[in-house]
Amino acid sequence: MSINLHPALFLILGGLILPLFRGKVRQALLIIIPLLGFINLLGHESGDFWSLYFGGYDLEVLRVDKLSLIFGYLFHIAALLAAIYSLHLKDGLQHMTGFMYAGSAVGAVFAGDLLTLFIFWELLAITSVFQIWARRSSRSGASGLRYLLVHVTSGLFLLTGAAIQYQNTGSLSFKHMELASWSSYFIFIAFGIKCAFPLLHTWLVDSYPEATPTGTVFLASFTTKTAVYALARGFEGTEQLIWIGALMTMFPIFYAVIENDLRRVLGYSMINQIGFMVVGIGLGAGMGVNGAVAHAFNDVIFKGLLFMSMGAVLFRTGRINGSDLGGLYKSMPFTTGFCIVGASSISAFPLFSGFVSKSMVMQSAADQGHLVIWLMLLFASAGVFHHAGIKIPFFAFFSKDSGIRCKEAPINMLFAMWVGAFLCIFIGCYPRPLYSMLPYPVDYLPYTATHVLLQLQVLFFSALAFAYLKLSGTYPPELKSVNIDIDWIYRRLLPGFASAVLRVGTPLRTKIINACRSQIDRGFALIHRHHGPEGIFERTWLTGSIVLMVTIALAAYLIYFF
Amino acid sequence: MEPPMENHSPDEGDQSSQEEKHIFDNRENVKRLIRIFFSICFVLFILDFIIHLHLSFEEGEFSVEEWPGFYAVYGFVACVVLVLVAKQMRKLLMRREDYYEH
Repeated sequence: MSINLHPALFLILGGLILPLFRGKVRQALLIIIPLLGFINLLGHESGDFWSLYFGGYDLEVLRVDKLSLIFGYLFHIAALLAAIYSLHLKDGLQHMTGFMYAGSAVGAVFAGDLLTLFIFWELLAITSVFQIWARRSSRSGASGLRYLLVHVTSGLFLLTGAAIQYQNTGSLSFKHMELASWSSYFIFIAFGIKCAFPLLHTWLVDSYPEATPTGTVFLASFTTKTAVYALARGFEGTEQLIWIGALMTMFPIFYAVIENDLRRVLGYSMINQIGFMVVGIGLGAGMGVNGAVAHAFNDVIFKGLLFMSMGAVLFRTGRINGSDLGGLYKSMPFTTGFCIVGASSISAFPLFSGFVSKSMVMQSAADQGHLVIWLMLLFASAGVFHHAGIKIPFFAFFSKDSGIRCKEAPINMLFAMWVGAFLCIFIGCYPRPLYSMLPYPVDYLPYTATHVLLQLQVLFFSALAFAYLKLSGTYPPELKSVNIDIDWIYRRLLPGFASAVLRVGTPLRTKIINACRSQIDRGFALIHRHHGPEGIFERTWLTGSIVLMVTIALAAYLIYFF
Repeated sequence: MEPPMENHSPDEGDQSSQEEKHIFDNRENVKRLIRIFFSICFVLFILDFIIHLHLSFEEGEFSVEEWPGFYAVYGFVACVVLVLVAKQMRKLLMRREDYYEH
């Protein structure tokens, strides 16, 4: 064991001290803390293992292997990028919770047992919600509350699963499990909620667009990727995941096409990208999981970059709806360029990062003979280019000129985007460092003539479809609207049901109470009649008449027995 | 390589005359871009017949993949279907912007 500290310590404690400082000192700390954390993490090696005996349980607070290490590195890079991006902020709360949030994610990926995982899992929920609340509007308040409820519920599922596992096996250890026992079902759902499985996904598209411009950059990096890690650790090779993931790649892209809020479009496309990772995990050890992990790594960077570019637009113009924007390439040329790099990466253009990771998942599906899944993924690849690759940059920066003229993004935002864009292109052109960090040995060459050509064909002909639909006027315009999703159930149906119950119930309740009251009143009247001042039982009787009655009773008694 | 997203209808010339002209304010540039884009599509399609391909699936497992232009056609059709279906979904799903605020 080395003299290194726990990897989560720097970010969590560093976050806690941030609000004590102001101005330049805090800005310096924002850069230094993730760097120190990263250096500390470099000192950890696969196989490091710390256990702690606490409250009667053997806890494995630190378990280092290749799978946790790559996520650890990734989260530090993401924290640094988000910190640079939010350097201009004066809001200590966002800085503090942002770093603690990143630290919780780091803690979660190094947790070797379910109880430690649970603690970081809940910390992840509690610290992240401030990125939404920091917008300080009534909408973000409500949305944050829904977000928190969903994530605390996910934590409860995890805790229940952990408790059942401990009951059955006497161990809290978090390792690969079969999806065949109650404990595994609970844990699977806990991960599924955080991973935005279909039907459990609405928290993501509900809350991410309501967060602050910088907050969404934090949010997009940690929560879902921690869940992807947890799935890879616990449920690698679980066949159900292949279908769940394929569904996740498919349905959000339809929503993304008709969504107006461009950050919500990115939210839907995020579910789509996580879908690729979930499929990879389901396909199992080797290339599947490698592809999933590599894609998670790239996704944090290119999705972060896209959220950063949209955050910059929101920051400068105060608007984020496709219907309000357009022509911004004139005012924000650099942001436009960085956005296009992010869009090319998510679309998996050759030489950009998505190309070298997404294809591993698809090739793995083809190798295992999953034809339908492969066709679904190919459909989703074309679709993601369509909505994230074209729609986002097109409607924000080109399209019809909205007349908005603003300043280019602040220098710190531009620098963060530059670093993100650099990483996208670097990994895309030179994937070997990324491949060497993956959990399994990599035997895959992304750059073959066939692969490059076929991918370009898919992408260019998707673009051709966009051009054709746009020029022919068939393409649905950006409209000021919301599209209802599953969250309609708990935002409209259930409250509607509750208010209907109240509407019908309130008069009914009054009626029942009134009926009861009149019965009780009648009861009281009866008692009053007999026992009231005038009642037969309450009259004062003469002593003589009582004596007479007793005499009669005695006489009757005597007659009866003789 | 840049994704071809600039290849669409230009702004309607609603620029005030003092402002400097930007690259896509000139309709000629937009047309030029669209022409370049179409030629790239054409070249990519032709290359399918020239380059010897090593496909994703084993031979005979999914013969459609071996058809020339499969990926191009699939990409095009997928996106048209995607947009048309999504457009229909609006009828079912679209609500006023303040739908949840009431």
